[in-house]
Amino acid sequence: MSDETVITVRGLRNAFGEQVVHESLDLDLYRGEILGVVGGSGTGKSVLMRSIIGLQQPEEGEIEILGQNVAEANESEYLDLRRRWGVLFQNGALFSTLTVAENVQVPLREFYKDLDEELLDEIASYKIVMSGLPVEAAPKFPSELSGGMRKRAGIARALALDPPLLFLDEPTAGLDPIGAAAFDQLILDLKESLDLTVFLITHDLDTLYAICDRVAVLADKKVIADGTIDELLATDHPWIQEYFDGPRARAALHAKERN
Amino acid sequence: MEGQADFTERETNGETVLHFTGRLTVARIGDLDDRLTDMAIRPAKADISEVERVDTVGAWILHKLKRDYGTKIVGASNNAERLIDQVASADEIVQVRPDEGSAFSRTLARIGAGTMEGFGSLRGLLAFFGGLCIAIGNVFANPRRFRFNAVVQRFETVGVSSLGIIGLMSFLIGIVIAQQGAVQLRQFGAEVFTINLVGRITMRELGVLMTAIMVAGRSGSAFAAQLGSMKLAEEVDAMRTIGVPPMESLVLPRVLATTLLMPLLGFYAALVMIMGGGLLCWVSLGIPPDTFIQRIREVVPMTDLYVGLIKAPVFGFIIGLTGCFQGMQVEGNNEEVGLKTTAAVVQAIFLVIVLDAFFAVFFSSIGWV
Ligand SMILES: Nc1ncnc2c1ncn2[C@@H]1O[C@H](COP(=O)(O)OP(=O)(O)O)[C@@H](O)[C@H]1O
Ligand SMILES: [Mg+2]
Repeated sequence: MSDETVITVRGLRNAFGEQVVHESLDLDLYRGEILGVVGGSGTGKSVLMRSIIGLQQPEEGEIEILGQNVAEANESEYLDLRRRWGVLFQNGALFSTLTVAENVQVPLREFYKDLDEELLDEIASYKIVMSGLPVEAAPKFPSELSGGMRKRAGIARALALDPPLLFLDEPTAGLDPIGAAAFDQLILDLKESLDLTVFLITHDLDTLYAICDRVAVLADKKVIADGTIDELLATDHPWIQEYFDGPRARAALHAKERN
Repeated sequence: MEGQADFTERETNGETVLHFTGRLTVARIGDLDDRLTDMAIRPAKADISEVERVDTVGAWILHKLKRDYGTKIVGASNNAERLIDQVASADEIVQVRPDEGSAFSRTLARIGAGTMEGFGSLRGLLAFFGGLCIAIGNVFANPRRFRFNAVVQRFETVGVSSLGIIGLMSFLIGIVIAQQGAVQLRQFGAEVFTINLVGRITMRELGVLMTAIMVAGRSGSAFAAQLGSMKLAEEVDAMRTIGVPPMESLVLPRVLATTLLMPLLGFYAALVMIMGGGLLCWVSLGIPPDTFIQRIREVVPMTDLYVGLIKAPVFGFIIGLTGCFQGMQVEGNNEEVGLKTTAAVVQAIFLVIVLDAFFAVFFSSIGWV
């Protein structure tokens, strides 16, 4: 982890009609770290991710990614940004008319048109196996997969370009504990070998303890605290205390200590 | 391109060594994979100490060298080594494409599937009709289950909000019929019969038929798309498990709305067509409105009105039924919603026109000519 920021959010405000979701929200993501983003359901974690990647026009505020102001980026700059990030949406967002393998190949085909078919197939194959899908899943359509498998296919697609920046919205929700642990390991391995920076929305305390360098807590329309879990526990915000000191959190901590 | 991945062959101590340079990443890989695959020699070593960066694609290519030629990778950084191990453990035989037979068997299969689908669709429609009858029976036996609000809501979308477009369409069609009729009949000096033409054809046929086409396009398609997306999002399954029968809550109100509103809309359309025709007769034939109305009352028999009013609810029922049926057939992906919506409209209009032909023969044989 370095001091260089990859994402800087300043004074972000998002609202849907009357309902304000974010108000003067600040957030930093440093190169090479895995930042866990937590918060109660409906506190605007997904909306935050959508505004960072430019799908949701914020009402106010500055967002800078890899030194590029998203709102001011022109078409080709935005395209260049997109090639450097991979995104996993909360519900997978797979293309329903393409097979899993074709889904993984979409970003590759879009950005690197001269890759030959054989290599594309090989890339799709190892990405699919890496993401923990069974090999039979490759020629299947998303509607033929279970919820957890769809999530993994989404991960395979997000990883297709080996992007230096990864956005993951609840990647382990709906996965069995063994699969979730394997996912944690995969992200950790890739982070070390590819120098990844990860923006990770999750409710999975095991994931938070196992792989996150820092955790940002979203509540009251802003990031109320961020830091390592120990630093967070030192604050006396009731929600944070309940979150990280509840029975589930303690179980996750024990699990980590046992390993 | 800067940092393009490349390699050169060198002989060292009687062994072939591949020296890689540049970045072994997806962006810079170019045709490296092809060149390596087509290589005639079996290199003993691959030296990647000069490589700037390796990602999983580069690691995969190195892994293939190792796997296929037994080449030793030397000079790899820790990261590169770990990546190669990672992709190596993900190397399994994966079937990427769904199974497909030869072109001939595919064509045969497609013909077969099309035929089965045609008959299946017909049978499904009958079964759906049966299911709807049972739902109607249930509602009659247990009137509290009738969803009055849902029906009223459908009345609004199917009926009230389509008055404008149906009115406009009908008015223009009335003008066109009168105009074309007048031109032809003038050749025989029989322009006054334009009134007969307009009055009878609109009451008997066109009022209801054009309305049916409009309702199929507006509401039949909407039904299919609504139910189809609900089906995809498992909303229909959720209803079933909660104990709300979709037939009663989704299908019945819609079919009821089209069935009850078609006669009203058809009659309205016929009236507006007559008005359009009347306007043209007034403007271009000089027949004043009161004479026109007088003549209409003389030449249009009551049976023409009955013919229209009997056909209309049947058409409405068909439109509602096919719309809902196709919507409930959606499975799998979003493209299906589009396909089924199209199918709903095409099937509804087709069935309406076929039935219309039967009705025409039937009514003329019972003497309602
Ligand atoms: N497209 C939208 N239109 C209106 N409200 C929305 C929209 N998307 C999200 N919201 C609202 O914003 C809030 C935050 O949503 P979200 O970011 O999805 O929550 P979560 O933190 O669980 O991911 C919720 O209250 C939700 O109702
Ligand atoms: Mg969310």
